[in-house]
Amino acid sequence: MAQQMTGAEMVIQALVDQDVEHIFGYPGGAVLPIYDAIFQQDKVEHILVRHEQGATHMAEGYARSTGKCGVVLVTSGPGATNAVTGLADALLDSIPMVCITGQVPTPLIGSDAFQECDTVGITRNCTKHNYLVKSVEDLPRVLHEAFYVATSGRPGPVVIDIPKDVQFALGSYAKPNNGSHPTYKPQTEGDLEAIKMAVDLMLKAEKPILYTGGGVINSGPEASVELREIAELTGFPVTSTLMGLGAFPASSDQWLGMLGMHGTYEANMAMHDCDLMICVGARFDDRITGRIDGFSPNSKKIHIDIDPSSINKNIAVDLPIVGDCGFVLEEMVRIWRSRTNQPRTEALSGWWKQIGEWRDVKSLQYAKSEKVIKPQYAIERLYELTKERDVYITTEVGQHQMWAAQHFHFNEPNRWMTSGGLGTMGYGLPAAVGVQAAHRDALVIDIAGEASVQMTMQEMSTAVQYGLPIKVFILNNERMGMVRQWQELLHGGRYSSSYSESLPDFVKMAEAFGAHGIRCEDPAELDDKILEMINSDKPVLFDCCVTKDENCLPMIPSGKAHHEMILPDTADIGNIIDEKGKVLV
Amino acid sequence: MFKPSWDLERNQLVERHTLTVLVDNEPGVLARVVGLFSARGFNIDSLTVSETEHDRHRSRITIVTVATPKVLLQIKLQLERLVPVHRVHDLTAEGKALERELALVKVAGKGENRVETLRLAEAFRANVVDASIDSFVFEITGRPNKVEQFISLMQPLGLVEVVRTGLTAISRGKEGM
Repeated sequence: MAQQMTGAEMVIQALVDQDVEHIFGYPGGAVLPIYDAIFQQDKVEHILVRHEQGATHMAEGYARSTGKCGVVLVTSGPGATNAVTGLADALLDSIPMVCITGQVPTPLIGSDAFQECDTVGITRNCTKHNYLVKSVEDLPRVLHEAFYVATSGRPGPVVIDIPKDVQFALGSYAKPNNGSHPTYKPQTEGDLEAIKMAVDLMLKAEKPILYTGGGVINSGPEASVELREIAELTGFPVTSTLMGLGAFPASSDQWLGMLGMHGTYEANMAMHDCDLMICVGARFDDRITGRIDGFSPNSKKIHIDIDPSSINKNIAVDLPIVGDCGFVLEEMVRIWRSRTNQPRTEALSGWWKQIGEWRDVKSLQYAKSEKVIKPQYAIERLYELTKERDVYITTEVGQHQMWAAQHFHFNEPNRWMTSGGLGTMGYGLPAAVGVQAAHRDALVIDIAGEASVQMTMQEMSTAVQYGLPIKVFILNNERMGMVRQWQELLHGGRYSSSYSESLPDFVKMAEAFGAHGIRCEDPAELDDKILEMINSDKPVLFDCCVTKDENCLPMIPSGKAHHEMILPDTADIGNIIDEKGKVLV
Repeated sequence: MFKPSWDLERNQLVERHTLTVLVDNEPGVLARVVGLFSARGFNIDSLTVSETEHDRHRSRITIVTVATPKVLLQIKLQLERLVPVHRVHDLTAEGKALERELALVKVAGKGENRVETLRLAEAFRANVVDASIDSFVFEITGRPNKVEQFISLMQPLGLVEVVRTGLTAISRGKEGM
């Protein structure tokens, strides 16, 4: 029999029925009934943030590190608009999220009421789907449907806008159904014939590469297992996008490192020269392809993606397979096994020899220093001193993010949380709070820049309040480093507004928050201070003062193709990008 | 296989296609469709929409767009990604569809012009739906180029204003969408 309850109680009951344990939110007039319902139960833990954007990134960190749906609760008007950046971020990175927003009561909608905004209008293009619930009768269905839409197919953020009178209204609650929808039907099972054709191509390839992305991680841990299996069976080299790091172990001999704009020389050259590219759960993003007409000119391309619209969007492919990566990889392994039990070591030996030569270029090398801390060195040490631990890494956006991707190594999925598509500065600190909320005993580190981290610094207060001992490792170069680098490359070294002046004292700031502050300026002291950070049971702000004008290399300059990389020893980098490249981002 | 259905960087010619989209008639569905076109830089030449199955709350949206084959495919796939969208058919790609548009055309004039106006209306099978001593309102239905031609003929005869519904279309034969 259907249970009678208020709309606000339905929200909580639906969260419980959807196995939600934590939500991130901020109260306000239009969500008071839901906060009242939260107060009267203990199944769902609410984490009070300091700004709604923080709540969305926490939910993203939570979702990416657990594979579950992240949940956000905010009020109407400014509560909703502050959440927009996080919604757009989750849309571009395909993160499952449900964001519940309060709305003014239905009779006041459209009257420019206090704290009213057109939430569904504003969020329409930055969500996978959104709902305005005008009647309590619709609420249970919408709540469950929102979780289904957010988590199935290509995941994404879903907004449920609930007017205050609907939160108060009584209605009958219904449990979730088995998860189906009359119009929304994601295709998860890849076409078997196409997978067989893919295996045929793989059996013939002499210069193959597996190019994997965030889809492998979104598909669930089994997909990473299948990816490792197919790589081992075939002996193919593997590279990954920024979003896919960890799906394939960086410790493997078959790992080429990340590809793309700041990827390794060997990964990008292998992409350029391959004869067969197997794209698994990646979307040929512009950071990956470089100049499109110079992209991997002589390869056959297989594209596995759960979203049909990703196929042939940027790059024309020869064999599309629409389906869930995990399913397709599993079938691929099965079919490969039925054809052969030998890796094609001999056929691939020339390819691996070539890759070895590219590896010898050592594109990630940098000039070491005993006087100042090199940012790359700081990440290397951070990795060495934490690799035996249960560690999760988040980042902000910029040079430090790329250095983290290059010099920190991941062997498991769901360990790396970064804003890839939208490139949201300020993502990492709240994302770390979200990760730590899900993994209380793990070591959670936000590798940050001093500029990015100030965008959401207030969430340190959240970390302190809930005893979430996140470590914020700030590579402080007193620059918006990536902006500065592009100004050096493209704008004659005119550093317009790309330096951080009047920086706060991060050690004192940590203390003001009730956290622990550490500063390090000397490479000789770095290890000890990193250990001090790891061993602290408090949240830590680590002010790591690094080289000020270091460039993040290697780099595919804008408007260039994979084989036209700037390497650490390339001279005169200020004159490489032509007029056409300058207009690109 | 191994022949992409289109060739990415070659200069593809743009084509005019008529798409028909079956959607749940829920609040905001039209904004979703239109917003998708503007957000992704797709073009809308004409748009008509109305509920067609009242008991099931379903609407048909007819969109005329001009795009390269590559973009046309993206438009279809992106539309299909929207949650309330049931199906999208490219009527132009699927064969010759029936395409019709309705226009109401107001023409003012006296004397010989007025007589000529009526003669032309008869030739185009336009109906008089309003008349006064010195004006007519015609209702004309047909393919867009017929409507276009009628309007341009009315221009010198005292055309006052025109309203057009935009194109609506349906496939031929017994199969439904």
